[in-house]
Amino acid sequence: MGTTNIKIKDFLNGDKNMTRLLIVFAAVFALCSLTKGSMFLSTSNFQSMGKQFPEFGLLSIGMALALFTGGIDLSIVYIATLSSVIIARLLPLMVTETATDGTAYMMVIVCFILAIAVGIICGMLNGFIISKVGIPPILATLGTQALFQGFAIVITGGSTISGFPIQLSTMVNKLVFGIPVTVIVFIICAIVVGFILARTTLGRQLRMLGTNPKATEYTGLNNVKLTMTSYMMSGILASIAGIIMIGRFNSAKADYGASYTMQAILIAVMGGIDPNGGKGNIQGVAIAIIIIQMVSSWLNMFENVSNFYRQIIWGGLLIFILIFNYVINVREKKAAMKK
Amino acid sequence: MSDSIIKVTNVKKYFGGVKALDGVDLEIKKGEIHCLAGENGCGKSTIINVISGFYTPDTGKIEIDGVEHAKLTPKQAIASGIQVIYQDLSVFPNLTVMENLALNMELADGKKFVSKKRMREIAKEAILKINFDIDLDELVENLTVADKQLIAISRALLNNAKLIIMDEPTTAITQKEVKSLFKVIKKLQAQNISILFVSHKLDEVFEIAERFTVFRNGKNVASGDTKELDQNKFTYYMTGREIKEEPYAYIEKENSKTILKVKHLSLKNGFEDISFSVKEGEILGITGLLGSGRTELVETIFGYNKADSGEIYIEGKKAVINKVKDGINYGIGYIPPERIKEALFLSQPIADNISITRWDDFSNKLGVIDEKKVNESVDEWVNNLSIKIGSSSDPVRTLSGGNQQKCVLAKWLSLDLKVLILNGPTVGVDIGAKFDIYKLIKELAAKGLAVIIISDDLSEVLTNCNRVLVMRRGKIVVETLPNEVDASKLAALVIAD
Amino acid sequence: MNTKRILHSTEFYIAIIAALFCMIVQIKSGQFFTGNNIVDLLRSFTIPAMFCLGEMMILISGNTDVSFPAIASVSMYVVCTVFDGVFTNPLMFFLMAMLIGLALGAINGIIIAYFKFPALIVTLGTSSLCFGIMQGVFNSKEEPLGEVLYRVGEMKLFSVTNPQSGLTSDMPVLVLAMAALFVLGWFILNKTMLGRGIYAIGGDAIAAERAGFNVFATQMFIYCFSGCMAGMIGVMRATMMLAVHPNNLEGMEMTVIAACVLGGVRITGGKGTVIGAILGMVLMTVISNSLILLGISTQWQKVFTGIIIIIGTAVSAIQTKKNEKKLAVKMAAA
Repeated sequence: MGTTNIKIKDFLNGDKNMTRLLIVFAAVFALCSLTKGSMFLSTSNFQSMGKQFPEFGLLSIGMALALFTGGIDLSIVYIATLSSVIIARLLPLMVTETATDGTAYMMVIVCFILAIAVGIICGMLNGFIISKVGIPPILATLGTQALFQGFAIVITGGSTISGFPIQLSTMVNKLVFGIPVTVIVFIICAIVVGFILARTTLGRQLRMLGTNPKATEYTGLNNVKLTMTSYMMSGILASIAGIIMIGRFNSAKADYGASYTMQAILIAVMGGIDPNGGKGNIQGVAIAIIIIQMVSSWLNMFENVSNFYRQIIWGGLLIFILIFNYVINVREKKAAMKK
Repeated sequence: MSDSIIKVTNVKKYFGGVKALDGVDLEIKKGEIHCLAGENGCGKSTIINVISGFYTPDTGKIEIDGVEHAKLTPKQAIASGIQVIYQDLSVFPNLTVMENLALNMELADGKKFVSKKRMREIAKEAILKINFDIDLDELVENLTVADKQLIAISRALLNNAKLIIMDEPTTAITQKEVKSLFKVIKKLQAQNISILFVSHKLDEVFEIAERFTVFRNGKNVASGDTKELDQNKFTYYMTGREIKEEPYAYIEKENSKTILKVKHLSLKNGFEDISFSVKEGEILGITGLLGSGRTELVETIFGYNKADSGEIYIEGKKAVINKVKDGINYGIGYIPPERIKEALFLSQPIADNISITRWDDFSNKLGVIDEKKVNESVDEWVNNLSIKIGSSSDPVRTLSGGNQQKCVLAKWLSLDLKVLILNGPTVGVDIGAKFDIYKLIKELAAKGLAVIIISDDLSEVLTNCNRVLVMRRGKIVVETLPNEVDASKLAALVIAD
Repeated sequence: MNTKRILHSTEFYIAIIAALFCMIVQIKSGQFFTGNNIVDLLRSFTIPAMFCLGEMMILISGNTDVSFPAIASVSMYVVCTVFDGVFTNPLMFFLMAMLIGLALGAINGIIIAYFKFPALIVTLGTSSLCFGIMQGVFNSKEEPLGEVLYRVGEMKLFSVTNPQSGLTSDMPVLVLAMAALFVLGWFILNKTMLGRGIYAIGGDAIAAERAGFNVFATQMFIYCFSGCMAGMIGVMRATMMLAVHPNNLEGMEMTVIAACVLGGVRITGGKGTVIGAILGMVLMTVISNSLILLGISTQWQKVFTGIIIIIGTAVSAIQTKKNEKKLAVKMAAA
């Protein structure tokens, strides 16, 4: 089959950013292996990395989608939180103590579907007030951020909810052939979204929307529908992240994951998504996710490094990448001029 | 004292390896209205930047009023009385007329604090210079382009201007406004102020300028008295090739179908009770002042606006057009007036810019696009319209205005169109490419397409259309044939009130 | 000033809405126009309202800033812990915090003004940096306020006691600082060429450059000013709380931006007035602090904040959209 061949070529030729990302990936991997070899290269480390990255990875892909269409989604983390607290409230009501194992699993799945429905509704709300009402994405999602977090607070009463049926965490923390099921879910989501963006009419139309919304309107594309679809996809990814969050912590709270907003933007930008819209691909974002996870795990191996240093590093890295991309762009433009 | 305000001799300017100016001469006499013409990229804007001190030339001599400047800075240029009025006019939409007029002056005087009283005095002085009557407390965003232009001119005059450079001042204003602009320019000339007037429009050059200079590829190819000039020479100087323009010869056949018919179409604050029809093979021209309702009318037929009342028929069948998608489904294509803002995706590949209207056709039920079909279609249209490109994966930004416009055309032509509406099809397009586009439109019409051209450029309308509608205040006031009127008669019809 | 322009201004409408809301709360609870409620409202209004000033300047120039809570927190924390006991003059604490804030603001300014990156993303990054430094390097936690600043915090203009509930509220001295800051902000924006430059840049940055405004310097000033003020406000916050809370300013950027936009500051730049931003913040404060008086649990506060932001911005968005699509053909007389 020639298709795999083409795919690999596309994968590498997508843009120069991809090559650079792979080099960074290799460098970070080498650094981690050299300094903390035995710990870093252990199976348990890989398994624990696999348990950590899917939730912020999904949020990053959701953020990437919003940036890709020329917007931003500041509410994405709170869509995840809202989905998880809704599961937290519903599940204990649906699974009584007398329920059999089978019905419990059924109910968990029903809750997951409901959580995803919440993500869809939240995302559609974002898309609606951005495209139909016309509020700039920053303000719109700032507003819904407060709204979703507010509902999460009301639902939880401001406290941590825990004590769920065992089936919830069993399901989320399952290993399939030694691979966490959440990693598999992440990979499926990344491939689906990546495929949509790269290969389908929808993906291309979103790219054009991100480049020039006025021109898409004059070309007969339905901007409202496209924007709503894009934010709805972000919403779905966020609610899946929410499901993973509640399963991993086995508890839910209105401010879990608060620091993920910055991290998601960092990863999307690092992965080559242009914050002004219309440029980038999911492959890049996926590699950026793995790089960030490796750095994060590596930092964890130094006992005296406080968790908060990560915030410094993420913030610094974001600004560094912006400047780096700027310098590269200037250079490429100069080279093009000379030609 | 010298009798020329500015004399530029053998100026060269390179950017990287690109020759922007390759040894040009330019001389403007005191109190002279001088026209500078040339296609995009001929070095016009570079020479403006050199004269105003923003670029330092690599070699060459600049003399202002007989004084040679080895290294002219923007400050020196202003001090020597040189003022540039850019195409975007450089006004602040969010500030009042008063502040727009006075801020530059206050800054130049090194003022740190605002004095409303002083600013008002400056502003009054400024508008007095051209007897410009305007409310000083109005926000500039509420003004017309022509008024904004007058603000820019008054502002320039405050600095004791001796030479005012106007970069294509007539592109965004209506015929009527051009007339009053010309009056202002004549008035300035009477005060011994020189004007460098950048324009491609020959009729304007004839009307206003005494002398002209034409640039091509960074060199001045001709200069002299405008009286010696005619359209063919002018075109030849600008493009370096002879172009003959043939009027559109439309022959109505007995069985020619009416493609588009509009009956009593009305839209509040847009147009009222519009009825007309276009047959296959016709090129219908619609002209009128900016704000006459011509753009609103065609954008309603296309589906961008929704009509309040009236009917549209396509090939005899009533068409329900509520949104752009509907218009497209009925076979209507529309090229909007602002190419870069409204039609192109500058940073995206040429291929995507051309194929965007066809993706639905080239994809399967799941929406997966067949790359091969896309590429075939793109190649076909690049060929058909002879668009000059490197690779179809290059961003469309890298193309010239004319080739960009051809990409927009290709986007629509690759659909099975019945009606093609072009609004200002050659604005910002070089003369050479312009004639390519005219030729193309005529060929398309000859193949049975119904074409509507909306344009300010009356000679464009007269030579390319077989029928012309004139709109005024939202209504069609005249329908005429090109052989019944000439440009000046048509202009009178457009302006008459 | 002509009355028609006043009647058409956002400020006018927001004032009416705020007044109506106050009346509703008064009618429902009878407790709104009591001395101690007004003082309490002013107390919770002071800090965010002062933040509005820096933020509105940045918004008017066409940028955004979400890092000021982080700058305020880190400046305040460093000053209140590291310099505790070093100075005896309380002004020195404020000065130090302003210096730290200024430096951090300058970093924002350089990155945004020089490279022209999206300001939201840059300031999200610097925000993370600042909080990280405070929590990581300085190992921040809640601490008592030093003696010198404690005394500042206890200074009050007057106290008001509610005869019904017996609750007493103190009017802090800092309200005066807030008033002074508003006047300063109004003066800069309206009476200096620098201020006009901020509007000019927000209107058209290229035109501003051509007119002779130093765009880079102006943007630097705005971010430095905002940072400097944030440092000062951070310490003020500590004196009002009588404790050093490192994290409780987090999230305030949302309220502040929302208040500015509600008050008519245009998010795309070029427009806005000090009085508008203040009125926007009045509305935000009154609504979120009156929920209790209306018998609504404070848990609903965030929900209401979200709804106000969405509705408030929707109104101006719909207006803009209408203006954009408005057809303006002068029709012939019938």
